[in-house]
Amino acid sequence: MSNPSEINGGSAVAMIGKDCVAIACDLRLGLQSVTVSGDFEKIFQYGGNFVAFTGLATDVQTVSTELRQKHALYEMVEERSMEPNTAAHLVSSMLYSRRFAPWFVGPLVAGINSTTGEPYVCSFDSIGSMDVSHDFVVTGTATNQLYGMAESLYEKDMSPEQLFETISQTLLCAADRDAITGSGGLVYVIEKNGKVTKKLLKSRQD
Amino acid sequence: MAGLSFDNYRRNKSLEASGVLPPKTTSTGTTIVGCKFNGGVILSADTRATAGMVVADKNCLKLHRLAPNIWCAGAGTASDNDKVTELESSQLEIHSQWTGRAPRVVTALTHLKQHLFKYQGHVGAYLIIAGVDVTGSHLFSLHAHGSTDVGPYLALGSGSMAALSVLESKWKEDLTKEEAMELCSEAIMAGVFNDLASGSNVDLCVIEKGKPSRLHRGYKQPNQRLQKQRNYNFDIGTTSYFEAGSEVFYISKQSDLETSAMEVDQVS
Repeated sequence: MSNPSEINGGSAVAMIGKDCVAIACDLRLGLQSVTVSGDFEKIFQYGGNFVAFTGLATDVQTVSTELRQKHALYEMVEERSMEPNTAAHLVSSMLYSRRFAPWFVGPLVAGINSTTGEPYVCSFDSIGSMDVSHDFVVTGTATNQLYGMAESLYEKDMSPEQLFETISQTLLCAADRDAITGSGGLVYVIEKNGKVTKKLLKSRQD
Repeated sequence: MAGLSFDNYRRNKSLEASGVLPPKTTSTGTTIVGCKFNGGVILSADTRATAGMVVADKNCLKLHRLAPNIWCAGAGTASDNDKVTELESSQLEIHSQWTGRAPRVVTALTHLKQHLFKYQGHVGAYLIIAGVDVTGSHLFSLHAHGSTDVGPYLALGSGSMAALSVLESKWKEDLTKEEAMELCSEAIMAGVFNDLASGSNVDLCVIEKGKPSRLHRGYKQPNQRLQKQRNYNFDIGTTSYFEAGSEVFYISKQSDLETSAMEVDQVS
């Protein structure tokens, strides 16, 4: 146990397609090398925004719940839905407010801006540095493997169907080379018209 | 900053005591330069952000606008740079609304150095601040501990030695705007190619007296990705999934507050 972000394991990836975004995570929850659960979902829905949290599981649950409260309050006060870039800045402020005693999480935000129709993905470090990307973002213990897969598989302007295949294979192949990522995969494909396709991947269970 | 929370401090400290390392944060292991010319001042930066040896962002923006006439370039911890410049730009806006004057560069500098000194170097922002105001054009550097420097040309970050080798040999007094732009981009390119923590493109910002500041995003792009010769397009249906556990649903444009139950309501 030398790194709190690597105790429970887990990874996530998000990609931009043509008028769509996809976000995917693995389902493993472990205590170092011991797998405790195979249905630990790391993607949370906040209206039209999908946020993945990887890292220390206790912090994943705490931060995702705190964000649920802040999102609900925003919608009640503002009387409108929250755009993805707003959600990203909210996550960033939440993390930076704990600059000197951080949550051990690595979040991703994915969504489509409801006014411009622009797909949006963004990743963060544990203290809230935003990395807004025009192609893909990755996080978690399989970060290196995901970067390798995504950098070679990713193409611009993919259809929702093609994006599903690409993000799934990126996650599955990366998980195969990380001992503490895997035990199933979950993919959300979000389209411009509001259609969300959630798919539970068949994957190796070792 | 309306007070940073130290709630997790003791927990993280005790984790640290049991052999836990703090997580890697994104750092802008960087080359940034600033250079004065006869009509104003220029800032320039590379666009690589790293987390350890991994390139976290290939095209990040390290030039921040503090005010329309004052910009700064940041090296060090990425989030510290983002937040400290965001905070300062708000404060300068409020200050200039209050005084009814355009903000001065020294105001930004003094304010930032007091903030950084207060945090004793733990807020890891290393900045080059440049701008024009009623007193002329200015160029300053500011270290995370709060010390400041003044100069006609400055460089900061892990690629600063590479950049300074160019600046020291080629800088002269009374540069024209075009000469200064060329000098700055050449200095950044020295960092891009000779410092491993710097890379990708060159961003450049020109601040001139009496003219709107101009940000040249991607001023030089010497490291464009080559077109791939072949693609890995998987056939649709390659990835197998469980029908049970998969679903299709729609997100409403405006979330319906009446029908969206709170989490506590869903617990039976």
